[in-house]
Amino acid sequence: MDRKSLQNKIATWSSEVEFSAAPVLADEAAGVKASPGTQFLEIIIKPNQLLEFAEKLRNDEEMQFNFMFSLTCVDFADHFMMVYHLRSIELEHELVLKVKIEDKDKPVVETLCHIWRTAEYLEREVYDLFGVVFTNHPDLRRILLDDDWKGYPLRKDYVDSINIISL
Amino acid sequence: MIAEEAIKEGIKTQEYFINMGPQHPSTHGVLRLMLELDGEIIKKVIPHIGYVHRSIEKMCEKDTYRQIVHVTDRMDYLSNHMNNEAVCLLVENALEIGVSERVKVIRTIMSELTRLSSHQLWWGVMGMDLGALTSFLYGFRDREIINDIFEETCGARLTMNYNTPGGVMFDIHPNFQKRVKDFIAHFKTKLPEYDDLLSDNVIFRNRTEGIGILSKEDAISYGITGPTGRASGFSNDIRKHKPYSAYDRVDFKEILMETGDTYSRYKARMLEMWESMSIIEQLIDNIPEGEIQSSAVKAVIKLPKGEFFQSVETARGELGVYVVSDGTKSPYRIKFRSPGFSNLFVLDHIAKGYKIADLVAMMSTIDIVVPDIDR
Repeated sequence: MDRKSLQNKIATWSSEVEFSAAPVLADEAAGVKASPGTQFLEIIIKPNQLLEFAEKLRNDEEMQFNFMFSLTCVDFADHFMMVYHLRSIELEHELVLKVKIEDKDKPVVETLCHIWRTAEYLEREVYDLFGVVFTNHPDLRRILLDDDWKGYPLRKDYVDSINIISL
Repeated sequence: MIAEEAIKEGIKTQEYFINMGPQHPSTHGVLRLMLELDGEIIKKVIPHIGYVHRSIEKMCEKDTYRQIVHVTDRMDYLSNHMNNEAVCLLVENALEIGVSERVKVIRTIMSELTRLSSHQLWWGVMGMDLGALTSFLYGFRDREIINDIFEETCGARLTMNYNTPGGVMFDIHPNFQKRVKDFIAHFKTKLPEYDDLLSDNVIFRNRTEGIGILSKEDAISYGITGPTGRASGFSNDIRKHKPYSAYDRVDFKEILMETGDTYSRYKARMLEMWESMSIIEQLIDNIPEGEIQSSAVKAVIKLPKGEFFQSVETARGELGVYVVSDGTKSPYRIKFRSPGFSNLFVLDHIAKGYKIADLVAMMSTIDIVVPDIDR
């Protein structure tokens, strides 16, 4: 499906979905260039909608997003943004699913590892580096850092006592 | 028989854990696998990673985009050109500047040479993991020629930093075309020898055929890209699906296998080497003239505000670079979707019920590079 019909279809699922800021699509005949930084259709949802949306995106006949090619998190000043990059192998379309976590003190979101198996380890990485807790995750431990590591390094407010990075 | 009698008499067997690694020849780096075993049968594989974690993503938040290119070939050091290329393409696409045709063709040839050298090393090490030292010597002998070619043009053999945003660092060496053609002619006679040594070897076939089967659905769900995924029939070649550089003008096949066992993962890479050679042959005599560095790229690169994603096909699979830019000279957040990370964690799924010796073969054909996983 093209971007427009994907957007229309998803808009019918819930009225609370935000779509990415006005993606300008390239129109060569009219000389309109695509606005940079909006490669994919992006949808932004709330944490409590995640499971429902994920299941629909994975299983809906017209969606079939069966390949999660990236899962990560971004630390913004007043919220965390979970970013899931999804691709449908059969239908060859792509989409970015974003979950806005407003509560920065206790970031919690549902795990998706039973829908996309690759999420299990990518979520562990996000837990390790951002401290986002995934509920119902089968094995939520630190993955890259030591088990007794203090703090979450990829958060913007993380202070490293040695601070090699800011040298 | 003894075991059967023991079970009848009610003697219980006990499962136990052993550590494979962090220093183990077949883990290809510092990787630790905890194996839950019942006798010699694997019940569970728990990978422990992070021994070479350098926090590259955090480092990049302070680096300029030109500096980030240099960090990337410390990730998957066997796909260094492609890693560089991923960041360069991302910057070029975000700034909406093109590179010359000459640069595109040079980048493609370099990437395919890198893929060949990576697969040669993999083939050598794979044979060694299964107990055949000869393949290691053969693989490294032929890889040496590619390293020499790289050295002549790029000035380095492993961490080349040859691609820069907007072009390449230097023009190709006058000897480059001749040496590449000589190498292709040489390697075309050697690759059948590789097949004679391992592919058609009865012991090798017995240890790989029907072992560690990964279905197409699982490959997609686990996010297994590259030859590992294509051996299960999962068509994921970025060069075909989202062509970049000069891949849209060359004719090559995406190698897809059906069974998804250890042998088809092996065979997929062997056939891929022929395709790489074919790509290089199509391009090596047709390197167009043109500038090697675009003048549109400024010394200090600032990306526009927004989010960017760029995928390239490395020797191991899809490398994705995700950048959130706030308009300054460093990314607000950069994420590397490394192929090795996803590929490694399928081990538990495919190794269940097989023996430790089979696990060694499976790890070889998943072709992990640990710095790529740990970043």
